[in-house]
Amino acid sequence: MTDPSPPPGTPAKIVLSGVRKQFGAKVVLEGLDLEVGRSESLVVIGGSGTGKSVMLKCILGLLRPESGSIRVDGEETIHYSRGDRERLLRKFGMLFQGSALFDSLRVWENVAFGLIQGRAMPRRQARELAFAKLAAVGLGADVGELAPSELSGGMQKRVALARAIATEPEIIFFDEPTTGLDPIMADVINELIVKCVKELGVTALSITHDMASARKIADRIAMIYQGRIIWHGSRDDMEHSGNPFVDQFINGRAEGPIRMQVRAL
Amino acid sequence: MDFLAAIGRAFLIFLESTGRIVLFALRALSHCARPPLYLRLIGRQMIDIGYYSLPVVGLTALFTGMVLALQSYTGFARFQAEGAVATVVVLAITRELGPVLAGLMVAGRIGAAMAAEIGTMRVTEQIDALSTLATNPLKYLVVPRLIAGLTMLPLLVLVADIVGVFGGFLVSVYQLNFNPAVYLSKTWEFLKVVDVVSGLVKASVFGFFVALMGCYHGYHSRGGAEGVGTATTNAVVSASILILLSNYLITGLFFSK
Repeated sequence: MTDPSPPPGTPAKIVLSGVRKQFGAKVVLEGLDLEVGRSESLVVIGGSGTGKSVMLKCILGLLRPESGSIRVDGEETIHYSRGDRERLLRKFGMLFQGSALFDSLRVWENVAFGLIQGRAMPRRQARELAFAKLAAVGLGADVGELAPSELSGGMQKRVALARAIATEPEIIFFDEPTTGLDPIMADVINELIVKCVKELGVTALSITHDMASARKIADRIAMIYQGRIIWHGSRDDMEHSGNPFVDQFINGRAEGPIRMQVRAL
Repeated sequence: MDFLAAIGRAFLIFLESTGRIVLFALRALSHCARPPLYLRLIGRQMIDIGYYSLPVVGLTALFTGMVLALQSYTGFARFQAEGAVATVVVLAITRELGPVLAGLMVAGRIGAAMAAEIGTMRVTEQIDALSTLATNPLKYLVVPRLIAGLTMLPLLVLVADIVGVFGGFLVSVYQLNFNPAVYLSKTWEFLKVVDVVSGLVKASVFGFFVALMGCYHGYHSRGGAEGVGTATTNAVVSASILILLSNYLITGLFFSK
C-alpha cells in the first residue's frame, strides 16, 4: 500500500483521515484516508457497494461519519453547525448520478437555482447567467424553457453539469457522471468535465466504475475497496500498478482477489 | 413469551417514530421563525391546498349537510322534535363534521400528494441536490407546506360550514317543507361563536398534521418507487388517525364540563 498523498508541492484541498461510517452493523467506510490536491482531478474507482457514494456524502455533510476527520481548506468540518455547513457548501458543486434535476422547475431555473436561492441573485441576472452556462455545455436557449422531463438522459446530464458549475464552486463532485449514457454521449460528458475543470481551475473529485471515463478525466486515480483506499497513483501508473486488486478492476476480470458479493449480507 | 416480545417491540417502534416525528416537527417549526421565508413557494402551496381543494371539500360538505337534515328529521319525527333539525345541522357541521370531513378529504388529496412528491425527490437525490446548492431542504420544502396547511384549512372549513348549512337548508325547505325564514332563524338561534371557532381551531391543527405527515413520510422514504408508495400510504393513514385523535382531545378542551 502506498501513502495516500497528492503530488508534492500541491497544497491539499480536501483531507480525509480515518473516516469511519457504518449503517447498523454494516461497516461501509473503515478508516478511509484520502487527500485531494488543489486544482487536481482525482477519480476514485471501485465496485458497487464499496462506499464511494457514502464517502462523497460524508464530505458534503449529508451523512455524518462515526469517527475520523474531514478537513476542507485545512478546516475540520465534522462537527460543523448547520450555519457553518451551509457556508461550506457554497464551495461545492455536485453532479448527481441520476442528474437530480428539480422536475417542478424549468431547465434554466434549475441551472440558476444556486444563484437565486443560495446567493440571492436577482432572477433576471441569474437567468442570463444560466443561459450562458447552458451554452457552455452545448445546449441552446430553446432548451432553457423546457421541463427537465422533456430532455433525454444525456441532455439532463448536461443541464446537471451546467447547474453544478453555475455558482463557480471551488470543488466539484462527479458521482458516476457517465452511468446510463451511451458511449458517445459518455465521452461528450467526459470532455465537458475536462473542459470545465481546466477552465475553472476547480478541484474535482469523481467516483466511477467506468474506466474509460476515469482514464479521460483523472489526473490521479485512487481505488477504494471494502471501505479503504487500497491504491492510488497517477493515471499512467495505474496501468502497471502491480496491485492485483487494481489490475483485476481496470481490466474487468471476474477472476482475481476481489470477490463479488453475490448474495446479500 | 414471543407474543409479549412482539407487543413490546411494536410499542418501542411506535415510541421511536413518535419521537422522530416530534423532532422533525420542532426542527421544521424552528425554521418557520428564521429568514429567509420562500413566499413564492408558500403562495403556491396555499393555492394548491386552499383553492384546488374547494370542489372536493364543498361537495363533501353539501351532501353531509343534506343527509344530516334528512336523517335528523326522520329520527326526531319519532318524538315530535322536528323543530330541532336546523339547530342539529348547524351545530354538527360547524363543531364536528365540517373540520373532520374537510381534514380527511384534504389528507387524502394533499397529504398523499406531498408524500409522493417529496418522496420522489428523496429517492432521486433531489433533496441532496438542494443541500449542495446551499438551500436548506426543510426550509424550502417543508416549511411552506406546514404554513399553508396551518392557514388554509380554517378557510376551507369556513366555506365547508356555509355550504354544509346550505345543504341542510335546501333539503329542509324543498323536501321537508320547512318555512325558510323559520329554518334560518332556528339556525342562528342557538349558534354560539365558540361553535364555529372551535371548528376552525380544529381545522388549523388538522391542516398542520396533514402537512406534517405528508412531509415527514415523504422526507424519510427509502428505496425507490415502492418506498414512495409506502410513504404515501403511511402519510394518509397517520394523518387520518391523528385527525380523529386530536379531534377528540380538542373537543374535550373546548366543551368539557
